[in-house]
Amino acid sequence: MEVMPKWAEVILVPLISLVLAAILSALVILAIGEDPVEAVNLMVTGALGSTYGWGYTLYYATNFLFTGLAVSVAFHAGLFNIGGEGQAMLGGLGVALACLLIPWPHWTLALLGATVAAALFGAAWAAIPAFLQAKRGSHIVITTIMFNFIGAAVLNYVLVNVMRPPGSMDPATARFPETVHLPTLHEMLAPIGINFSKAAPANVTFVIALLACVLVWFLLWRTWLGYEIRSYGKSEPAAKYGGISPVAITMIAMIISGALAGMMAINNVMGEAERLVLNAVEGAGFIGIAVALMGRSHPFGVFLAAILFGFLYQGGAELALWTSIPRELIVVIQALVILFTGALDNMVRMPLERLFLMLRRGDA
Amino acid sequence: MDFLTLIQLLDSTVRLATPLLLACLAGLFSERAGIFDIGLEGKMLAAAFFSAAIAALTGSVWIGLMAGIAASMAFSLLHGLASITFRGNQLISGVAINFLAAGLTVLIAQDWFSQGGRTPSLMGGARFEPITLPFAEAFGSVPLIGPIYRELISGHSILVYIAFAMVPLTWWILFRTRFGLRLRAVGENPAAVDTAGVSVVGLRYAAVMICGLLCGIAGAYLSTALQAGFVKDMSAGRGFIALAALIFAKWRPWYALYATLLFGLFGALETRPDVIQAIFGIKVQGALLGALPYVMTVIILAGFVGKAIPPRAGGEPYVKER
Repeated sequence: MEVMPKWAEVILVPLISLVLAAILSALVILAIGEDPVEAVNLMVTGALGSTYGWGYTLYYATNFLFTGLAVSVAFHAGLFNIGGEGQAMLGGLGVALACLLIPWPHWTLALLGATVAAALFGAAWAAIPAFLQAKRGSHIVITTIMFNFIGAAVLNYVLVNVMRPPGSMDPATARFPETVHLPTLHEMLAPIGINFSKAAPANVTFVIALLACVLVWFLLWRTWLGYEIRSYGKSEPAAKYGGISPVAITMIAMIISGALAGMMAINNVMGEAERLVLNAVEGAGFIGIAVALMGRSHPFGVFLAAILFGFLYQGGAELALWTSIPRELIVVIQALVILFTGALDNMVRMPLERLFLMLRRGDA
Repeated sequence: MDFLTLIQLLDSTVRLATPLLLACLAGLFSERAGIFDIGLEGKMLAAAFFSAAIAALTGSVWIGLMAGIAASMAFSLLHGLASITFRGNQLISGVAINFLAAGLTVLIAQDWFSQGGRTPSLMGGARFEPITLPFAEAFGSVPLIGPIYRELISGHSILVYIAFAMVPLTWWILFRTRFGLRLRAVGENPAAVDTAGVSVVGLRYAAVMICGLLCGIAGAYLSTALQAGFVKDMSAGRGFIALAALIFAKWRPWYALYATLLFGLFGALETRPDVIQAIFGIKVQGALLGALPYVMTVIILAGFVGKAIPPRAGGEPYVKER
């Protein structure tokens, strides 16, 4: 029997966790001698008060949508993919190779090709840990952590020794050709009369990320494969008894997860930087964990959480610009969200369950 | 490569292996008791900051060390609360702790010192100075053994000797005391320990707090002995290398020493590309050498070279039957 009604499970628990995280964050701001109300005001105007702010918020949110979905899909299979960071790095390598080696006639084809390349590279980087978990029994969390570091080393090597244009000191690839330039929201919205900021990096990838949300939802709740992934995540013995192959599901779930994380690269590498730099991912792979936890691994929840974190990121940058609060405040908030919605989930849940039990007894 | 270069290389191996060894032994206590800890990195970082900050403010490195240990143990308590009391996901708790430490250290450093997230440089009594062991100068002229004693064994800070002494001590605690037996049992079969009337929760908290203590010393070593002050993200993945070493060592204290020395050697070689070139005749990229511990851990974990079997109850919260 469910102790709590569904609305409490889906809305109340995450909301209380979020409020707890917010209260603690406010206390942190107070402790370093700043005014939390003032800080929130600055963040809201900085991130949502202009199309420039929105452009950055949505740009960050696009990254987090991909990595959040990546972590979510793995969560549904009972796997903790902590390697989104490395998978997104390798996805960037795929995008760079696709954009530099193939002379694309038009950006639409380039986007298609780069997306496939990013997904393939990300999936490959997730497939090895998945294979080792499924076949050799090595713990996926540890291997994906190791693969983040190995991925960083590989990227470092490739950028310094292979893909760096001659004469350049920067560990980065050459600029991508003009033909693969993705339309920004400014260019997309101008024809219909909306004057969106020209300087903001949000681009057509945001639409692809939304599409990915819908596809992941469809996959998980409307297909056989999704059913198998979810039942394997709920109970391995039951899934096995039902004829579901643990090896196949582990591999497939991680490959989808890695592909999603890798696809983040079409936003940050192709859409924004238009070349591959060393630290292109900037921790977005890890933020995916917070986004997935807060969004309860549901694509719609992930969407809301990604927008929230996009807001926090852009707002945090504005804070660092106008006050003495460093950007690292966002890392603290992110940690508190992971702590309360993930690790300390039971701290919120246990008293709530007791409360609902009492209410139910009162009714009877 | 001449003899003196070798001694220098081994000397920096010892310096770089020390924080890894302490963190690895910290993880050993925690994981042997069934609590996974991927928050070693965060605890080290927090300890590195607080020991450097307090040492800078008080001028005493010992008070700094205490502060570092206290900070690390506070994070351990949080990890215990999440993973033992509230039976949450230990891995997620570890991730949260890593980020909390990464953010808070810079935030507080900026608030206290306004130097862009670093502490002032530590001088004099605010740092652990190298200790010259007795007769180091007198023996120094003896061929072979003399330079080894003078350059390699003598001349480290006290924390290095503490770290190496911790290896037999850990072995003794885990394998020769009642507490150690119970601690290992609680990581393999907590229900049996519970049946024997010993508190599972108490034992696991004890293990997690010992983990915090050792991570605290490791972090303090980074900022007050290896370097003179705290800089942002100075743990630089060492907590994860220690985790790798722990798996490499198959959760055993003596193997932990060998594994961390090996990984320390990789670290030392990374800064001396000339030495690699002299031995192997090829130029090896530093970045790839830095990735070697991770690659080796993946290979070990995959069971291609001996099998690393973690404690059986690791990662699972213990629910007492009612």
